[in-house]
Amino acid sequence: MITLNNISKNFGSFKALKNIDLEVRDGEFLALLGPSGSGKTTLLRIIAGLAFPDAGNVAFNGDDVTNLKVADRKVGFVFQHYALFKHMSVADNVGFGLSVRARAMRPSKAAIRARADELLDLVQLGGLGGRYPAQLSGGQRQRVALARALAVEPQLLLLDEPFGALDAKVRKELRRWLRQLHEQMGLTSIFVTHDQEEALELADRVVVMDHGVIEQIGTPGEVYMLPGSRFVSGFVGDTNSLPVTVSRGAVKFHDRPIALDTGSIADGPALLDFRPHDVEIANEQPGCLPLVVTGAYRRGGYWRVEGTVGGISQVIEVDLDAANPAPEPGQRLALRIRRGRLFTTDGVQA
Amino acid sequence: MTIRSTHTTASIGLTVVALAFLGIFVALPLVTVFVEALSKGIAPYFSALVDPDAVSAIKLTLTVAAIAVPLNIVFGIAAAWAIAKFDFPGKSILITFIDLPFSVSPVVAGLVYMLLFGMQGWFGPWLREHDFQIIFAVPGIVLATVFVTFPFVARELIPLMQEQGRDDEEAALSLGASGFQTFLRVTLPNIRWGLLYGVLLCNARAMGEFGAVSVVSGHLRGLTNTMPLHVEILYNEYNFVAAFAVASLLALLALVTLVLKSILEWRLGYAHRSAGH
Repeated sequence: MITLNNISKNFGSFKALKNIDLEVRDGEFLALLGPSGSGKTTLLRIIAGLAFPDAGNVAFNGDDVTNLKVADRKVGFVFQHYALFKHMSVADNVGFGLSVRARAMRPSKAAIRARADELLDLVQLGGLGGRYPAQLSGGQRQRVALARALAVEPQLLLLDEPFGALDAKVRKELRRWLRQLHEQMGLTSIFVTHDQEEALELADRVVVMDHGVIEQIGTPGEVYMLPGSRFVSGFVGDTNSLPVTVSRGAVKFHDRPIALDTGSIADGPALLDFRPHDVEIANEQPGCLPLVVTGAYRRGGYWRVEGTVGGISQVIEVDLDAANPAPEPGQRLALRIRRGRLFTTDGVQA
Repeated sequence: MTIRSTHTTASIGLTVVALAFLGIFVALPLVTVFVEALSKGIAPYFSALVDPDAVSAIKLTLTVAAIAVPLNIVFGIAAAWAIAKFDFPGKSILITFIDLPFSVSPVVAGLVYMLLFGMQGWFGPWLREHDFQIIFAVPGIVLATVFVTFPFVARELIPLMQEQGRDDEEAALSLGASGFQTFLRVTLPNIRWGLLYGVLLCNARAMGEFGAVSVVSGHLRGLTNTMPLHVEILYNEYNFVAAFAVASLLALLALVTLVLKSILEWRLGYAHRSAGH
């Protein structure tokens, strides 16, 4: 188990991380999700031992490793741009970690080569050991980087934006493959991403970060369905946000009542967040939201409809069943919000 | 079509001007060196080269380069490594200092060493007491050459290493390599072509340097004369064939340097392209 205790890190006057506490369970696949500048990569580097916190400590299985260098932590690190050694063959790249061991611990050349070939088979690059990184595609390079990190038998695998530099199709394949590999090996893994879809698809648990603090930790389901803050609600998945007023258990949008359970939120101004798929058309019913359609396009099995609501300038996005004809621009739709979450205007969940 | 044809005319015109310029100012003098050197035939040419003073000048030039170039490699790599891979206070001052020899006239550099180590200089009396001669001796020539060639390797490596970033080194460290293993097996191979390029330019300058060396050498024949200084002395004595014979060696060095430089540039370009993602 990896325990981070009260980690802080500054770069000059910029506070990259503020009092981070985090526990990573054995064998889990954890995502650090956040926009750029949220501190997620810095946190990953601190766990790796490539950066050191100004305050707080890092423990692996109860042993304090805060001051241990990366070489002594037994971690595998996969870099965003792979950082393959260009002048070495793929097999030499994979075997590098074994070949730099002290003489007494170093396997023979043949054993290193055999291990490299074994790992290349594991990452489905068998037979490519003699190639050079420049002769591989992006996805192949990423897998070589992974094999290289695994060669030293790390107790923890860290991946920095592992799919960031790949095109969409390769990314999707590689994601699925990585998830399978993780299940097969059971190695505790942490990856950094700014892509919420990636985090939700891959991770056992997602850590959502913003401005150097952890906004929420939870399973993909929890983070998506029960966002703990306005930030999480807006960052994870598509969200519409309406300024509303709450008074005595009733939600009103510009004096128009919205049928919704208010929970325990205090009276006053609030934000109503709802997902595009959490609406239905409910003509001739009270408590609906009138949407003026500005455009619609197909997204798989549904229409993604964009429109405006009187009183606010932002575009509202809703998903409607594509079995019906596409709404025309200018058409008015009465929407019932099936499910939404209210946040006080300072972003804290009621 | 009009635009295209004027474009062609302009480019032909510019090419002609550039070639004419190059011919008059570069090719013609180079040819002259060899024509003059061989004007009295092959025998006088070679006898000028095996003259004891000439041999001694060639030896001294090679010695100075053999000291200055390795020093430059060590310093250049250390400085480029520090500047490209780390942030520290005084970094911009260090970069400025590395550039200083490019912006200062070599004669001034020579004079500075005279002021420091000459008989009347700051350290002159102390050096005389300890019977150690720098000015008008080989150490002074080495110092002046090191000063003048100071920026070559560092200047070549800094942008290269900055562009490469720290990922490769961090990857090696994360795989358990020591700092020295990382340098030897990852950093050095990454910069090898740039380093060779810098060394080549540094060597050409070290062998060809005139101004700074001229001030501190004292022009003692057979003792503190480098090849460029020897050429000047011979020329001033109206010994044209010998002067041009020695000069032809320097010109040959320049040509070899140019060829190697082109090969390296081709290699560097290749390395840069294949480094892309």
